[in-house]
Amino acid sequence: MSETPKLQLSDVHKSFGRKVVLAGVDLTVARGESLVVIGGSGTGKSVMIKCVLGLLKPERGSIRVDGEETIGLSGGRRRDYLAKFGMLFQSAALFDSLKVWENVAFALIEGADMAREAAREVALEKLRRVGLGPEVAELDPAELSGGMRKRVGLARAIATEPEIIFFDEPTTGLDPIMGDVINRLIVECVRDLGATTLTITHDMASARTIAHKVAMLHQGRIVWHGPAAAIDQSGNPFVDQFIHGRAEGPIAMEL
Amino acid sequence: MNPLAIVGRFFLAFLAAIGKLACFAGDAVWHCLVPPLYLRLVGRQMLAIGFYSLPVVGLTALFTGAVLALQIYIGSSRFNAESAVATIVVIGLTRELGPVLGGLMVGGRVGAAMAAELGTMRVTEQIDALITLRTDPLNYLVVPRLIAATLTMPLLVLVADIVGVFGGYMVAIHRLDFNAASYLKNTFEYLETMDVVSGLVKAAVFGFIIALMGCYHGFNSSGGAQGVGRATTNAVVSSLILILVANYIVTELFFAG
Ligand SMILES: Nc1ncnc2c1ncn2[C@@H]1O[C@H](COP(=O)(O)OP(=O)(O)OP(=O)(O)O)[C@@H](O)[C@H]1O
Ligand SMILES: [Mg+2]
Repeated sequence: MSETPKLQLSDVHKSFGRKVVLAGVDLTVARGESLVVIGGSGTGKSVMIKCVLGLLKPERGSIRVDGEETIGLSGGRRRDYLAKFGMLFQSAALFDSLKVWENVAFALIEGADMAREAAREVALEKLRRVGLGPEVAELDPAELSGGMRKRVGLARAIATEPEIIFFDEPTTGLDPIMGDVINRLIVECVRDLGATTLTITHDMASARTIAHKVAMLHQGRIVWHGPAAAIDQSGNPFVDQFIHGRAEGPIAMEL
Repeated sequence: MNPLAIVGRFFLAFLAAIGKLACFAGDAVWHCLVPPLYLRLVGRQMLAIGFYSLPVVGLTALFTGAVLALQIYIGSSRFNAESAVATIVVIGLTRELGPVLGGLMVGGRVGAAMAAELGTMRVTEQIDALITLRTDPLNYLVVPRLIAATLTMPLLVLVADIVGVFGGYMVAIHRLDFNAASYLKNTFEYLETMDVVSGLVKAAVFGFIIALMGCYHGFNSSGGAQGVGRATTNAVVSSLILILVANYIVTELFFAG
Protein backbone atom coordinates (compact mmCIF):
# COMPACT_ATOMS: atom_id res chain seq x y z
CA MET A 1 0.00 0.00 0.00
CA SER A 2 1.52 3.29 -1.05
CA GLU A 3 1.34 6.56 0.86
CA THR A 4 -2.06 8.38 0.79
CA PRO A 5 -2.05 10.94 -2.00
CA LYS A 6 -1.95 14.61 -0.99
CA LEU A 7 -4.84 15.40 -3.26
CA GLN A 8 -7.25 12.99 -4.85
CA LEU A 9 -10.22 13.75 -7.06
CA SER A 10 -12.52 10.94 -8.04
CA ASP A 11 -15.41 11.12 -10.43
CA VAL A 12 -15.92 14.87 -9.96
CA HIS A 13 -18.84 16.28 -11.92
CA LYS A 14 -19.67 19.95 -12.33
CA SER A 15 -22.08 21.64 -14.69
CA PHE A 16 -23.46 25.13 -15.07
CA GLY A 17 -27.11 24.84 -16.02
CA ARG A 18 -27.14 22.46 -18.95
CA LYS A 19 -23.47 23.00 -19.76
CA VAL A 20 -21.39 20.09 -18.48
CA VAL A 21 -17.87 21.23 -17.62
CA LEU A 22 -16.41 18.40 -15.57
CA ALA A 23 -17.74 14.95 -16.43
CA GLY A 24 -15.97 12.62 -14.05
CA VAL A 25 -12.49 13.90 -13.32
CA ASP A 26 -10.11 11.43 -11.68
CA LEU A 27 -6.77 12.78 -10.63
CA THR A 28 -4.23 12.12 -7.90
CA VAL A 29 -1.32 14.25 -6.83
CA ALA A 30 1.30 12.76 -4.53
CA ARG A 31 2.90 14.66 -1.67
CA GLY A 32 5.68 16.94 -2.88
CA GLU A 33 4.76 16.43 -6.49
CA SER A 34 4.48 19.13 -9.12
CA LEU A 35 1.60 18.40 -11.45
CA VAL A 36 0.91 20.45 -14.55
CA VAL A 37 -2.57 20.38 -16.01
CA ILE A 38 -2.88 21.23 -19.67
CA GLY A 39 -5.94 21.46 -21.85
CA GLY A 40 -7.70 23.72 -24.30
CA SER A 41 -9.18 27.03 -23.35
CA GLY A 42 -12.54 26.60 -21.64
CA THR A 43 -12.15 22.91 -20.81
CA GLY A 44 -12.66 23.53 -17.12
CA LYS A 45 -9.16 23.66 -15.65
CA SER A 46 -9.94 26.70 -13.51
CA VAL A 47 -13.30 25.22 -12.54
CA MET A 48 -11.52 22.07 -11.36
CA ILE A 49 -9.29 23.88 -8.88
CA LYS A 50 -12.18 26.05 -7.70
CA CYS A 51 -14.01 22.83 -6.87
CA VAL A 52 -11.06 21.67 -4.78
CA LEU A 53 -11.04 24.98 -2.90
CA GLY A 54 -14.77 24.74 -2.31
CA LEU A 55 -15.48 27.94 -4.26
CA LEU A 56 -17.68 25.84 -6.53
CA LYS A 57 -19.63 22.85 -5.38
CA PRO A 58 -19.41 19.76 -7.57
CA GLU A 59 -22.66 17.85 -8.10
CA ARG A 60 -21.01 14.49 -7.68
CA GLY A 61 -17.74 12.88 -6.79
CA SER A 62 -15.23 13.11 -4.00
CA ILE A 63 -12.25 15.33 -3.32
CA ARG A 64 -9.85 14.08 -0.67
CA VAL A 65 -6.95 15.95 0.81
CA ASP A 66 -4.59 13.87 2.94
CA GLY A 67 -7.18 11.14 2.65
CA GLU A 68 -10.04 13.20 4.11
CA GLU A 69 -13.20 14.04 2.25
CA THR A 70 -13.48 17.79 1.83
CA ILE A 71 -16.68 18.40 -0.11
CA GLY A 72 -19.26 20.06 2.11
CA LEU A 73 -16.89 21.32 4.81
CA SER A 74 -18.15 24.51 6.41
CA GLY A 75 -17.38 27.06 9.08
CA GLY A 76 -14.25 26.59 11.13
CA ARG A 77 -13.37 23.25 9.56
CA ARG A 78 -13.37 24.86 6.15
CA ARG A 79 -11.14 27.64 7.42
CA ASP A 80 -8.64 25.12 8.76
CA TYR A 81 -8.80 23.24 5.50
CA LEU A 82 -8.08 26.36 3.46
CA ALA A 83 -5.00 27.09 5.56
CA LYS A 84 -3.31 24.31 3.63
CA PHE A 85 -3.76 26.10 0.32
CA GLY A 86 -2.26 28.94 -1.62
CA MET A 87 -3.94 30.05 -4.81
CA LEU A 88 -2.84 32.23 -7.68
CA PHE A 89 -5.96 33.22 -9.58
CA GLN A 90 -5.84 33.45 -13.35
CA SER A 91 -6.88 37.10 -13.09
CA ALA A 92 -4.60 37.65 -10.04
CA ALA A 93 -7.69 38.88 -8.10
CA LEU A 94 -5.76 41.45 -6.07
CA PHE A 95 -7.76 43.54 -3.60
CA ASP A 96 -8.06 47.02 -5.11
CA SER A 97 -8.66 48.66 -1.77
CA LEU A 98 -5.35 47.50 -0.29
CA LYS A 99 -1.76 48.33 -1.13
CA VAL A 100 0.44 45.75 -2.83
CA TRP A 101 2.21 44.68 0.35
CA GLU A 102 -1.08 44.47 2.27
CA ASN A 103 -2.34 42.15 -0.44
CA VAL A 104 0.68 39.89 -0.06
CA ALA A 105 0.50 39.99 3.74
CA PHE A 106 -3.29 39.55 3.88
CA ALA A 107 -3.34 35.94 5.02
CA LEU A 108 -0.64 36.64 7.59
CA ILE A 109 -2.43 39.61 9.14
CA GLU A 110 -6.05 38.43 8.94
CA GLY A 111 -5.53 34.67 9.03
CA ALA A 112 -2.46 34.14 11.18
CA ASP A 113 -2.78 37.25 13.41
CA MET A 114 0.75 38.37 12.68
CA ALA A 115 1.68 41.94 13.63
CA ARG A 116 1.56 44.34 10.69
CA GLU A 117 5.25 45.23 10.81
CA ALA A 118 6.39 41.61 10.84
CA ALA A 119 3.92 40.72 8.10
CA ARG A 120 5.26 43.59 6.03
CA GLU A 121 8.78 42.20 6.25
CA VAL A 122 7.58 38.82 5.03
CA ALA A 123 5.64 40.48 2.22
CA LEU A 124 8.69 42.45 1.06
CA GLU A 125 10.73 39.25 1.03
CA LYS A 126 8.10 37.42 -1.05
CA LEU A 127 7.85 40.36 -3.43
CA ARG A 128 11.62 40.28 -3.88
CA ARG A 129 11.40 36.61 -4.80
CA VAL A 130 8.99 37.37 -7.64
CA GLY A 131 11.27 40.16 -8.85
CA LEU A 132 9.47 43.18 -7.39
CA GLY A 133 11.32 45.80 -5.34
CA PRO A 134 10.18 47.56 -2.16
CA GLU A 135 9.06 50.62 -4.17
CA VAL A 136 6.25 48.49 -5.63
CA ALA A 137 5.06 47.49 -2.18
CA GLU A 138 3.45 50.86 -1.47
CA LEU A 139 1.57 51.09 -4.78
CA ASP A 140 -2.10 50.31 -5.36
CA PRO A 141 -2.81 47.25 -7.51
CA ALA A 142 -4.43 49.52 -10.11
CA GLU A 143 -1.04 51.11 -10.75
CA LEU A 144 0.57 47.82 -11.83
CA SER A 145 0.99 46.26 -15.26
CA GLY A 146 -0.69 42.93 -15.99
CA GLY A 147 2.51 40.94 -15.49
CA MET A 148 3.27 42.74 -12.24
CA ARG A 149 -0.21 41.96 -10.93
CA LYS A 150 0.35 38.32 -11.72
CA ARG A 151 3.58 38.33 -9.77
CA VAL A 152 1.97 40.04 -6.79
CA GLY A 153 -0.74 37.36 -6.93
CA LEU A 154 2.03 34.78 -6.90
CA ALA A 155 3.70 36.37 -3.91
CA ARG A 156 0.36 36.35 -2.09
CA ALA A 157 -0.16 32.67 -2.92
CA ILE A 158 3.17 31.64 -1.39
CA ALA A 159 3.17 34.12 1.51
CA THR A 160 2.03 31.63 4.14
CA GLU A 161 4.19 28.82 2.72
CA PRO A 162 1.17 26.54 2.29
CA GLU A 163 1.29 22.79 1.77
CA ILE A 164 -0.59 22.83 -1.52
CA ILE A 165 -0.28 25.63 -4.04
CA PHE A 166 -2.40 26.16 -7.14
CA PHE A 167 -1.01 28.31 -9.92
CA ASP A 168 -3.55 29.23 -12.58
CA GLU A 169 -1.50 30.27 -15.61
CA PRO A 170 1.42 31.79 -13.67
CA THR A 171 3.49 32.78 -16.70
CA THR A 172 0.77 34.05 -19.02
CA GLY A 173 1.44 37.68 -19.83
CA LEU A 174 5.05 37.65 -18.63
CA ASP A 175 8.10 38.22 -20.81
CA PRO A 176 10.19 35.06 -21.43
CA ILE A 177 12.87 35.98 -18.90
CA MET A 178 10.42 36.76 -16.12
CA GLY A 179 8.56 33.62 -17.14
CA ASP A 180 11.68 31.63 -16.41
CA VAL A 181 12.17 33.39 -13.06
CA ILE A 182 8.66 32.33 -12.10
CA ASN A 183 9.23 28.77 -13.31
CA ARG A 184 12.28 28.53 -11.09
CA LEU A 185 10.32 29.97 -8.18
CA ILE A 186 7.72 27.25 -8.55
CA VAL A 187 10.44 24.61 -8.71
CA GLU A 188 11.95 26.10 -5.54
CA CYS A 189 8.59 26.02 -3.76
CA VAL A 190 8.39 22.31 -4.41
CA ARG A 191 12.01 21.56 -3.63
CA ASP A 192 12.64 23.85 -0.63
CA LEU A 193 9.24 24.10 1.01
CA GLY A 194 8.17 20.59 0.12
CA ALA A 195 4.94 21.98 -1.28
CA THR A 196 2.62 20.05 -3.54
CA THR A 197 1.78 22.15 -6.55
CA LEU A 198 -0.81 22.02 -9.28
CA THR A 199 -0.09 24.38 -12.15
CA ILE A 200 -2.32 25.18 -15.07
CA THR A 201 -0.48 26.40 -18.11
CA HIS A 202 -0.62 26.64 -21.88
CA ASP A 203 3.10 27.24 -22.03
CA MET A 204 4.76 23.91 -22.86
CA ALA A 205 8.27 25.19 -22.15
CA SER A 206 7.15 26.17 -18.67
CA ALA A 207 5.38 22.82 -18.23
CA ARG A 208 8.57 20.93 -19.10
CA THR A 209 10.56 22.95 -16.55
CA ILE A 210 8.26 22.59 -13.57
CA ALA A 211 6.35 19.36 -14.04
CA HIS A 212 6.99 16.00 -12.49
CA LYS A 213 3.73 14.78 -13.92
CA VAL A 214 1.41 16.14 -16.58
CA ALA A 215 -2.32 15.64 -16.90
CA MET A 216 -4.45 16.65 -19.84
CA LEU A 217 -8.07 17.69 -19.42
CA HIS A 218 -10.38 17.35 -22.40
CA GLN A 219 -14.17 17.34 -22.55
CA GLY A 220 -14.53 17.09 -18.81
CA ARG A 221 -12.16 14.18 -18.23
CA ILE A 222 -8.48 13.55 -17.74
CA VAL A 223 -7.51 11.95 -21.04
CA TRP A 224 -3.86 11.44 -20.22
CA HIS A 225 -1.83 11.46 -17.01
CA GLY A 226 1.84 10.56 -16.93
CA PRO A 227 5.37 11.59 -16.13
CA ALA A 228 6.57 14.82 -17.75
CA ALA A 229 9.45 13.01 -19.46
CA ALA A 230 7.01 10.75 -21.28
CA ILE A 231 4.98 13.53 -22.78
CA ASP A 232 6.60 13.31 -26.20
CA GLN A 233 5.99 9.57 -26.41
CA SER A 234 2.54 9.61 -24.85
CA GLY A 235 0.97 7.94 -27.86
CA ASN A 236 -2.13 9.95 -27.03
CA PRO A 237 -3.48 11.85 -30.02
CA PHE A 238 -4.94 14.65 -27.82
CA VAL A 239 -1.62 15.27 -26.10
CA ASP A 240 0.29 15.13 -29.38
CA GLN A 241 -1.98 17.66 -30.98
CA PHE A 242 -1.83 19.95 -27.94
CA ILE A 243 1.94 20.01 -27.42
CA HIS A 244 2.58 20.59 -31.10
CA GLY A 245 -0.15 23.18 -31.32
CA ARG A 246 -1.74 21.78 -34.44
CA ALA A 247 -5.13 22.91 -35.64
CA GLU A 248 -5.91 19.48 -37.15
CA GLY A 249 -6.48 16.48 -34.95
CA PRO A 250 -8.98 14.92 -32.58
CA ILE A 251 -9.50 18.17 -30.64
CA ALA A 252 -11.88 20.06 -32.87
CA MET A 253 -11.88 23.78 -32.16
CA GLU A 254 -15.39 25.12 -32.07
CA LEU A 255 -15.21 28.12 -34.33
CA MET B 1 -48.28 30.13 -24.11
CA ASN B 2 -50.73 29.89 -21.26
CA PRO B 3 -51.06 33.36 -19.69
CA LEU B 4 -51.70 31.76 -16.32
CA ALA B 5 -48.38 29.97 -16.56
CA ILE B 6 -46.60 33.26 -17.26
CA VAL B 7 -48.21 34.93 -14.26
CA GLY B 8 -47.38 31.90 -12.15
CA ARG B 9 -43.77 31.89 -13.25
CA PHE B 10 -43.34 35.57 -12.42
CA PHE B 11 -44.95 35.07 -9.05
CA LEU B 12 -42.67 32.14 -8.23
CA ALA B 13 -39.60 34.07 -9.37
CA PHE B 14 -40.71 36.94 -7.17
CA LEU B 15 -41.11 34.68 -4.15
CA ALA B 16 -37.73 33.09 -4.84
CA ALA B 17 -36.09 36.53 -4.97
CA ILE B 18 -37.70 37.51 -1.64
CA GLY B 19 -36.58 34.25 -0.08
CA LYS B 20 -33.02 34.72 -1.29
CA LEU B 21 -32.91 38.26 0.03
CA ALA B 22 -34.32 37.17 3.39
CA CYS B 23 -31.69 34.43 3.69
CA PHE B 24 -28.94 36.89 2.84
CA ALA B 25 -30.28 39.39 5.38
CA GLY B 26 -30.49 36.75 8.09
CA ASP B 27 -27.00 35.51 7.34
CA ALA B 28 -25.61 39.04 7.32
CA VAL B 29 -27.24 39.97 10.64
CA TRP B 30 -26.05 36.71 12.19
CA HIS B 31 -22.51 37.51 11.07
CA CYS B 32 -22.75 40.88 12.85
CA LEU B 33 -22.77 38.86 16.07
CA VAL B 34 -20.03 36.40 15.13
CA PRO B 35 -16.44 37.54 15.45
CA PRO B 36 -14.23 38.79 13.97
CA LEU B 37 -15.57 42.32 13.77
CA TYR B 38 -13.33 44.51 11.61
CA LEU B 39 -13.56 47.80 13.52
CA ARG B 40 -11.13 49.54 11.20
CA LEU B 41 -13.40 48.77 8.24
CA VAL B 42 -16.47 49.92 10.18
CA GLY B 43 -14.67 53.22 10.77
CA ARG B 44 -13.72 53.57 7.14
CA GLN B 45 -17.29 52.88 6.03
CA MET B 46 -18.70 55.38 8.53
CA LEU B 47 -16.45 57.99 7.00
CA ALA B 48 -17.46 57.03 3.46
CA ILE B 49 -21.17 56.89 4.26
CA GLY B 50 -21.50 59.64 6.84
CA PHE B 51 -18.88 62.27 6.33
CA TYR B 52 -18.85 62.29 2.56
CA SER B 53 -22.65 62.35 2.38
CA LEU B 54 -22.83 65.49 4.52
CA PRO B 55 -22.78 67.97 1.60
CA VAL B 56 -25.49 66.15 -0.33
CA VAL B 57 -27.73 65.60 2.66
CA GLY B 58 -27.06 69.10 4.02
CA LEU B 59 -27.96 70.84 0.77
CA THR B 60 -31.06 68.70 0.37
CA ALA B 61 -32.22 69.59 3.88
CA LEU B 62 -31.38 73.28 3.52
CA PHE B 63 -33.51 73.80 0.44
CA THR B 64 -36.26 71.51 1.65
CA GLY B 65 -36.55 73.50 4.88
CA ALA B 66 -36.59 76.72 2.88
CA VAL B 67 -39.27 75.66 0.45
CA LEU B 68 -41.32 74.15 3.24
CA ALA B 69 -41.41 77.50 5.02
CA LEU B 70 -42.60 79.25 1.86
CA GLN B 71 -45.32 76.75 1.03
CA ILE B 72 -46.64 76.45 4.56
CA TYR B 73 -46.71 80.23 4.82
CA ILE B 74 -48.87 80.41 1.69
CA GLY B 75 -51.25 77.79 3.08
CA SER B 76 -51.47 79.06 6.64
CA SER B 77 -51.85 82.74 5.66
CA ARG B 78 -55.17 81.82 4.03
CA PHE B 79 -56.68 81.44 7.49
CA ASN B 80 -54.36 83.72 9.45
CA ALA B 81 -52.34 80.95 11.00
CA GLU B 82 -48.88 82.21 9.98
CA SER B 83 -47.61 81.61 13.49
CA ALA B 84 -47.87 77.86 12.82
CA VAL B 85 -45.18 77.98 10.10
CA ALA B 86 -42.24 77.32 12.43
CA THR B 87 -43.92 74.40 14.18
CA ILE B 88 -45.07 72.71 10.99
CA VAL B 89 -41.68 73.14 9.36
CA VAL B 90 -39.81 71.52 12.22
CA ILE B 91 -42.29 68.66 12.61
CA GLY B 92 -42.38 68.02 8.87
CA LEU B 93 -38.63 67.90 8.76
CA THR B 94 -37.91 65.77 11.80
CA ARG B 95 -40.73 63.27 11.34
CA GLU B 96 -40.76 62.88 7.60
CA LEU B 97 -38.68 64.88 5.18
CA GLY B 98 -35.32 64.73 6.94
CA PRO B 99 -35.16 60.94 7.13
CA VAL B 100 -36.93 60.21 3.84
CA LEU B 101 -35.10 62.70 1.63
CA GLY B 102 -31.84 61.96 3.42
CA GLY B 103 -32.45 58.26 2.93
CA LEU B 104 -33.20 58.70 -0.75
CA MET B 105 -30.08 60.79 -1.34
CA VAL B 106 -27.81 58.45 0.61
CA GLY B 107 -29.49 55.47 -1.05
CA GLY B 108 -28.55 56.83 -4.45
CA ARG B 109 -25.04 57.75 -3.46
CA VAL B 110 -23.97 55.00 -1.10
CA GLY B 111 -26.14 52.13 -2.33
CA ALA B 112 -24.72 52.53 -5.82
CA ALA B 113 -21.16 52.74 -4.57
CA MET B 114 -21.54 49.59 -2.44
CA ALA B 115 -23.14 47.57 -5.22
CA ALA B 116 -20.50 48.68 -7.72
CA GLU B 117 -17.59 47.94 -5.40
CA LEU B 118 -18.79 44.54 -4.22
CA GLY B 119 -20.00 43.65 -7.71
CA THR B 120 -16.58 44.40 -9.16
CA MET B 121 -14.99 42.34 -6.40
CA ARG B 122 -17.30 39.48 -7.27
CA VAL B 123 -16.66 39.47 -11.02
CA THR B 124 -12.89 39.94 -10.66
CA GLU B 125 -12.77 36.96 -8.25
CA GLN B 126 -11.67 39.11 -5.31
CA ILE B 127 -14.44 37.62 -3.17
CA ASP B 128 -13.21 34.12 -4.06
CA ALA B 129 -9.69 35.25 -3.17
CA LEU B 130 -10.93 36.47 0.23
CA ILE B 131 -12.37 33.03 0.93
CA THR B 132 -9.16 31.23 -0.03
CA LEU B 133 -7.31 33.60 2.30
CA ARG B 134 -9.59 32.31 5.08
CA THR B 135 -11.58 35.48 5.53
CA ASP B 136 -15.36 35.34 5.55
CA PRO B 137 -16.56 37.89 2.99
CA LEU B 138 -19.70 38.50 5.02
CA ASN B 139 -17.63 39.53 8.02
CA TYR B 140 -15.08 41.44 5.99
CA LEU B 141 -17.31 43.21 3.47
CA VAL B 142 -20.97 43.12 4.46
CA VAL B 143 -20.97 43.47 8.25
CA PRO B 144 -18.91 46.70 8.35
CA ARG B 145 -21.20 48.28 5.76
CA LEU B 146 -24.38 47.25 7.55
CA ILE B 147 -23.19 48.45 10.94
CA ALA B 148 -21.73 51.67 9.60
CA ALA B 149 -24.86 52.57 7.60
CA THR B 150 -27.24 51.77 10.46
CA LEU B 151 -25.24 53.85 12.93
CA THR B 152 -24.41 56.73 10.63
CA MET B 153 -27.77 57.47 9.06
CA PRO B 154 -29.34 58.76 12.32
CA LEU B 155 -26.40 61.11 12.79
CA LEU B 156 -26.72 62.35 9.23
CA VAL B 157 -30.44 62.89 9.66
CA LEU B 158 -29.91 64.76 12.90
CA VAL B 159 -27.63 67.13 11.00
CA ALA B 160 -30.22 67.31 8.22
CA ASP B 161 -32.92 68.25 10.73
CA ILE B 162 -30.83 71.10 12.09
CA VAL B 163 -29.79 72.37 8.66
CA GLY B 164 -33.39 72.09 7.43
CA VAL B 165 -34.74 74.12 10.32
CA PHE B 166 -32.04 76.67 9.61
CA GLY B 167 -33.16 76.83 5.95
CA GLY B 168 -36.72 77.46 7.01
CA TYR B 169 -35.56 80.05 9.55
CA MET B 170 -33.54 81.96 6.93
CA VAL B 171 -36.51 82.17 4.58
CA ALA B 172 -38.89 83.09 7.37
CA ILE B 173 -36.67 85.89 8.67
CA HIS B 174 -35.38 87.36 5.41
CA ARG B 175 -38.17 86.66 3.02
CA LEU B 176 -41.33 86.49 5.10
CA ASP B 177 -40.40 89.10 7.74
CA PHE B 178 -40.89 86.85 10.75
CA ASN B 179 -39.43 87.94 14.05
CA ALA B 180 -36.32 85.84 14.68
CA ALA B 181 -36.90 85.24 18.39
CA SER B 182 -40.52 84.28 18.09
CA TYR B 183 -39.85 82.01 15.10
CA LEU B 184 -37.26 80.11 17.13
CA LYS B 185 -39.53 80.00 20.15
CA ASN B 186 -42.35 78.53 18.02
CA THR B 187 -39.93 76.04 16.52
CA PHE B 188 -39.01 74.49 19.83
CA GLU B 189 -42.06 75.13 22.00
CA TYR B 190 -44.31 72.48 20.46
CA LEU B 191 -41.60 70.08 19.35
CA GLU B 192 -41.81 66.75 21.16
CA THR B 193 -39.02 64.27 21.75
CA MET B 194 -40.98 61.69 19.81
CA ASP B 195 -40.91 63.84 16.66
CA VAL B 196 -37.15 63.68 16.57
CA VAL B 197 -36.75 60.13 17.86
CA SER B 198 -39.18 58.63 15.37
CA GLY B 199 -37.24 60.32 12.58
CA LEU B 200 -33.95 58.94 13.85
CA VAL B 201 -35.36 55.42 14.14
CA LYS B 202 -36.51 55.71 10.56
CA ALA B 203 -33.05 56.84 9.58
CA ALA B 204 -31.46 53.77 11.16
CA VAL B 205 -33.91 51.50 9.35
CA PHE B 206 -33.20 53.26 6.05
CA GLY B 207 -29.45 52.97 6.60
CA PHE B 208 -29.83 49.24 7.13
CA ILE B 209 -31.94 48.92 3.98
CA ILE B 210 -29.44 50.88 1.88
CA ALA B 211 -26.45 48.81 2.96
CA LEU B 212 -28.38 45.55 2.72
CA MET B 213 -29.52 46.19 -0.84
CA GLY B 214 -26.13 47.52 -1.95
CA CYS B 215 -24.35 44.48 -0.52
CA TYR B 216 -26.94 41.96 -1.67
CA HIS B 217 -26.95 43.07 -5.28
CA GLY B 218 -23.20 43.57 -5.40
CA PHE B 219 -22.53 40.22 -3.79
CA ASN B 220 -24.77 38.35 -6.21
CA SER B 221 -23.73 40.11 -9.38
CA SER B 222 -22.38 38.11 -12.28
CA GLY B 223 -21.44 38.62 -15.88
CA GLY B 224 -18.74 41.24 -16.11
CA ALA B 225 -19.13 45.00 -16.36
CA GLN B 226 -22.69 44.73 -17.57
CA GLY B 227 -23.60 42.62 -14.57
CA VAL B 228 -22.08 45.18 -12.22
CA GLY B 229 -24.09 47.92 -13.94
CA ARG B 230 -27.26 45.91 -13.52
CA ALA B 231 -26.46 45.23 -9.86
CA THR B 232 -25.92 48.94 -9.23
CA THR B 233 -29.20 49.92 -10.83
CA ASN B 234 -31.10 47.21 -8.97
CA ALA B 235 -29.51 48.18 -5.67
CA VAL B 236 -30.53 51.83 -6.02
CA VAL B 237 -34.04 51.21 -7.32
CA SER B 238 -34.85 48.52 -4.76
CA SER B 239 -33.44 50.46 -1.83
CA LEU B 240 -35.38 53.61 -2.76
CA ILE B 241 -38.64 51.69 -3.05
CA LEU B 242 -38.02 49.75 0.15
CA ILE B 243 -37.24 53.01 1.96
CA LEU B 244 -40.64 54.41 1.00
CA VAL B 245 -42.41 51.20 2.00
CA ALA B 246 -40.54 50.96 5.29
CA ASN B 247 -41.27 54.62 5.93
CA TYR B 248 -44.99 53.90 5.84
CA ILE B 249 -44.65 50.86 8.08
CA VAL B 250 -42.53 52.63 10.70
CA THR B 251 -44.86 55.62 10.65
CA GLU B 252 -47.83 53.31 11.26
CA LEU B 253 -46.02 51.74 14.21
CA PHE B 254 -45.26 55.09 15.82
CA PHE B 255 -48.71 56.40 14.98
CA ALA B 256 -50.43 53.51 16.73
CA GLY B 257 -48.08 53.57 19.71
N1 LIG C 1 -19.42 30.83 -12.87
C1 LIG C 1 -19.66 30.24 -14.06
N2 LIG C 1 -20.91 30.22 -14.56
C2 LIG C 1 -21.18 29.62 -15.73
N3 LIG C 1 -20.26 29.01 -16.50
C3 LIG C 1 -19.00 28.99 -16.06
C4 LIG C 1 -18.62 29.61 -14.82
N4 LIG C 1 -17.30 29.44 -14.63
C5 LIG C 1 -16.87 28.75 -15.71
N5 LIG C 1 -17.88 28.49 -16.57
C6 LIG C 1 -17.78 27.72 -17.82
O1 LIG C 1 -16.97 26.60 -17.58
C7 LIG C 1 -16.12 26.37 -18.66
C8 LIG C 1 -14.71 26.16 -18.16
O2 LIG C 1 -14.21 27.36 -17.62
P1 LIG C 1 -12.75 27.48 -17.04
O3 LIG C 1 -12.58 28.88 -16.57
O4 LIG C 1 -12.52 26.40 -16.06
O5 LIG C 1 -11.86 27.23 -18.32
P2 LIG C 1 -10.29 27.04 -18.37
O6 LIG C 1 -10.05 25.61 -18.72
O7 LIG C 1 -9.67 27.55 -17.13
O8 LIG C 1 -9.92 27.94 -19.63
P3 LIG C 1 -8.71 28.96 -19.81
O9 LIG C 1 -7.55 28.15 -20.17
O10 LIG C 1 -9.16 29.81 -20.94
O11 LIG C 1 -8.55 29.69 -18.52
C9 LIG C 1 -16.23 27.53 -19.60
O12 LIG C 1 -16.87 27.09 -20.77
C10 LIG C 1 -17.08 28.53 -18.89
O13 LIG C 1 -18.02 29.04 -19.79
MG1 LIG D 1 -8.70 29.20 -16.59
